[in-house]
Amino acid sequence: MSEESKGTTQTAPPADASSAHRKPSAKERAWEKNTLRPTLEKNPERQSEFTTISGYPIRRLYTQADLPNWDSDRGRGYPGEPRYTGGIHSTMHRGRLWTMRQFAGFGAAEDTNQRFRYLLAQGQTGLSTAFDLPTLMGYDSDHALSEGEVGKCGVAISSLADMEVLFDKIPLANVTTSMTINSPAAVIWAMYLAVAEKQGADWRKLSGTLQNDILKEYIAQKEYIYPPEPSMRLVIDTFEFGVNNTPKFNPISISGYHIREAGSTAIQELAFTLRDGLEYVEWGMRRGLDLDQFVPQLSFFFNAHSDFFEEIAKYRAARRIWHKAMVERYGSKNPRAWALRFHTQTAGCSLTAQQPYNNVVRTALQALAAVLGGTQSLHTNSLDEAWALPTEFAATIALRTQQIIAHETGVTNTVDPFGGSYFVETLTNEIERGAWDYIDRIDAMGGMVAAIERSYPQREIAEASYRYQMALDKKEKIMVGVNDFVSEEKPLDTLQIDESVAHRQAERLSKLRTARSKEEVTRRLNALRTAAEGKDNLMPFILDAVKSYATLGEICDAMRDVFGTYEEVAIT
Amino acid sequence: MPEKKIRVLIAKPGLDGHDRGAKVIARALRDAGMEVIYTGLRQTPEMIASAAVQEDVDVIGLSILSGAHNTICPQLMNLLHDKGMTDVTVLVGGIIPEADIAPLKKAGITEIFLPGTSTQDIIEFIHKRVTH
Repeated sequence: MSEESKGTTQTAPPADASSAHRKPSAKERAWEKNTLRPTLEKNPERQSEFTTISGYPIRRLYTQADLPNWDSDRGRGYPGEPRYTGGIHSTMHRGRLWTMRQFAGFGAAEDTNQRFRYLLAQGQTGLSTAFDLPTLMGYDSDHALSEGEVGKCGVAISSLADMEVLFDKIPLANVTTSMTINSPAAVIWAMYLAVAEKQGADWRKLSGTLQNDILKEYIAQKEYIYPPEPSMRLVIDTFEFGVNNTPKFNPISISGYHIREAGSTAIQELAFTLRDGLEYVEWGMRRGLDLDQFVPQLSFFFNAHSDFFEEIAKYRAARRIWHKAMVERYGSKNPRAWALRFHTQTAGCSLTAQQPYNNVVRTALQALAAVLGGTQSLHTNSLDEAWALPTEFAATIALRTQQIIAHETGVTNTVDPFGGSYFVETLTNEIERGAWDYIDRIDAMGGMVAAIERSYPQREIAEASYRYQMALDKKEKIMVGVNDFVSEEKPLDTLQIDESVAHRQAERLSKLRTARSKEEVTRRLNALRTAAEGKDNLMPFILDAVKSYATLGEICDAMRDVFGTYEEVAIT
Repeated sequence: MPEKKIRVLIAKPGLDGHDRGAKVIARALRDAGMEVIYTGLRQTPEMIASAAVQEDVDVIGLSILSGAHNTICPQLMNLLHDKGMTDVTVLVGGIIPEADIAPLKKAGITEIFLPGTSTQDIIEFIHKRVTH
């Protein structure tokens, strides 16, 4: 396995790729000769090569020669119209600011409910739920494998009863709600829909997002339960159910975030995410869903890493690729299917445990790139997140960071402010081309599921992540406070989750198991099992089971019985 | 006779799937000439202890980011003790709060490497600690 992982990869073109065909103007050539060369002879540059954080080479100066025959009308287009380079709306943040959606979740449902209500009171405009590892893996809080993990990385949700507490006094009809859950997404979504129903909310008016992106779990985050085939079936079941019942809800958030956190380059993040998107579209079409009806409900989720211009170019390229694919690859006729809508989160992996207050600055710059890149929704990380889930104090600064960008910096006054920059337009073109190269390669492998099964994206990411670590170790790349500018600091006060959450959850579950109708639970779980063996959409069966207070673990187990579980080939 | 290679088991215990660190360390140690066995994801303390005995490793490296270290580490140390594996070096890499470091060392963890540690520092530590 180590031999294969040492194979060469083609993440970035050679340094002179973009310069090979340049035809500099007479004025530029004169500048090179008369001004640049004497300077370089006297004062060589700090490095022999300048690259982005992804290792992508950046030229000294970008001019008209980098964009031969380029004009704004065709090369950039207009916001709200194809190619959507500058944004999916004509007025962008002048019309409506992005949704400030801070990811939150810890302890038991009542702890997170309190944090949600605090964040809403502070001016946050949408909710985003983080679940703990047992929930993400489809285990109840009292399962043996949950020991030590209950409520630690998010909120513990084992049944509809927990979900009722989580959203207590939060009107789901009015607050858009995002849920970061993947393998058990259909089950958690069913719990959310059941709570909304109890609140008297109309499903057709509910708005929010389910992450539900299983492909990036196999690629990067590794929180999968079932093998790819049945997992994809569950995803398409939610699309189908959504088209018919919850037209304003995004049943998926196709995520590059975790791919980037696993160590990918910006181009890999973009390419693998969009190719995942195409995979979902193709599976949906194979189910017989109408492309122009379900694709408008698909949303995306990208990382905002530290390399400012690379990120802005990435978002601009993303919109162009999606539009081109929808129109040219699938013949979509609905403009709402062409416009790539995305959420952004600043890069968790860029946060340093050392000198953690510096993370406020990193996060602000990353968030600025996301806004300038035209995001629809944003999460800013808290300064203490290299250590723990955020305290209320840290989470408040993170939210305030967005409010400062929105209301003080003036960057929302105009659409696509970097449009027309020789550098940003060139980088957008190059990132777009680099992503298409990857997409073509994955197409040639037979699609993303096939590529995952041969560990292709996993290997590319591992390679890039190792390259970056080596660059850090050699100080070719600098992380302030980590491999340079080091100083001692007092440890932070962080949020601690103790084992009392696990005990509370265990008690609650044991009460629930006695109080509910055992016969009803068994009957509905059996119905789900039988349906899973066939081809019916599983959402109605899952909803039925949820409403009888069957637990998350029981429902996931019923499907484990039929689908089996997945183990990856570990590559290093 | 060439010098016997240092044998290292890199393990990812618990439910967490974030394996970036584990994989980078596995590869860095291998590139430094060590024999590295990577367990893959979601290993219970029992699985890790058995693998350590079976592979007769000099070092066990645990990657833990999820906050479950106070549960996992003492369990593993007890199992290693029961299996008579008392001279193995056990390293933890990941997110470990300052306050937990002393108790973990007391439970038998040899050393804890926090975020930002260079792979070179870990390699040097292992070389100093394990001499064949």
